[in-house]
Amino acid sequence: MMTTDELIIATCLKAGKIMVENGSEISRVDDTMIRIAQNAGVVQANTYVTITGVMMSIQGRNATQIAAVNKRTIDLEKVAQVNQLSRAFADQTIDLPTLHQRLSQLDQASRSFPLWLQLVGAALVSGPLMIMFRHEVENTWPTVVIGVVGYLVFYLLNRYLKIKFLSELVAALVIGVAAEWLVQLGWGTNVDDIIIGALMPLVPGVPLTNAVRDILAGNFVSGPARAVEAMISAAALGFGIAVVITLF
Amino acid sequence: MNWFGQLVLAYIAVLGFGLIINIPRRALNIAGWIGTLTWGAYLIVQAFDGGVVLGSFIGSVGIGVLSNLAAHYKKMPSIIFNIPSLVSFVPGSQAYQMVRNFALGNYRAAIGFTLQVVTITGAIAVGFLVAELVNRLIAFCLLQWRRFKLL
Repeated sequence: MMTTDELIIATCLKAGKIMVENGSEISRVDDTMIRIAQNAGVVQANTYVTITGVMMSIQGRNATQIAAVNKRTIDLEKVAQVNQLSRAFADQTIDLPTLHQRLSQLDQASRSFPLWLQLVGAALVSGPLMIMFRHEVENTWPTVVIGVVGYLVFYLLNRYLKIKFLSELVAALVIGVAAEWLVQLGWGTNVDDIIIGALMPLVPGVPLTNAVRDILAGNFVSGPARAVEAMISAAALGFGIAVVITLF
Repeated sequence: MNWFGQLVLAYIAVLGFGLIINIPRRALNIAGWIGTLTWGAYLIVQAFDGGVVLGSFIGSVGIGVLSNLAAHYKKMPSIIFNIPSLVSFVPGSQAYQMVRNFALGNYRAAIGFTLQVVTITGAIAVGFLVAELVNRLIAFCLLQWRRFKLL
């Protein structure tokens, strides 16, 4: 059985870990953890959050714990749910053990969004953005198809290889080759437009936005780290496309 | 492409990116509207020959402020709204041209596109900074207003 201090720390760490793992910015994680601790009756808690680990201690007591963050995905639904649970705890509609239990359930729950909905998302991103950026509608359907295929390749590789940058590289290669192939078949007319549209679902939007927000908030460990993540992703995509362009 | 079609496409694209990063379903509509409104602001800047950089700046200020308002209204984190709304401002076309020209050895053109990508990204980042300032100002004004009302 855990003591109250241990339970408070375990709950805060669980909340922080879920938020970092699913793509929240650091200042929000800090804020949520401190809030949970305060609502649980701790006057002064210290938290230290980076994108690879979460630490917390209660001032003046012998209680400090660390939670390592080894995997990072993007699932903002989970971030919103932690936020909601924390609000419910602040309103005293749930108590601390319940909060801890709910957070554990949330942590173990698999990604709630089905793959087909993500593929629909990829289709909705690639086609419209191609039209907006390039001001033409001729290549819309090839772009949508290749955008979906590229995202599918990225998703499957990322699921089984678990190396994000490699998955992005291969997805970019597939998109480039498929675009060239469709144009040679005569379905599309402009390789550049198709590639631009089809790449848009893979743009590292979350790391990039969070990098800016973290740096502005003064988190100089996590902000630049995220910027590096975003840059490597962009470089992987760019390199894949560059290979295709030099080959054809 | 007429402006109305562009606005509809902006809404659809934001919705799509929201689906990819799995934002809560009840946030999708508002995120889409933020994307549409800010893309409208961008189009207005374009109509007055303001250029892509100024347009992106104004768009990202709008996204930052509107996302914060939406976050207060819906009681959700503001990143849920501002990450998907930003997708139409990503300099994807310029970034592609940069990679293409580097790969083909047209370094002069490539550096031009690199500078465009850097300035647009910078404009978006500065836009977020200004939005943060506006958000604090709004919060401060609300606080003062409430205090005077209580007194």
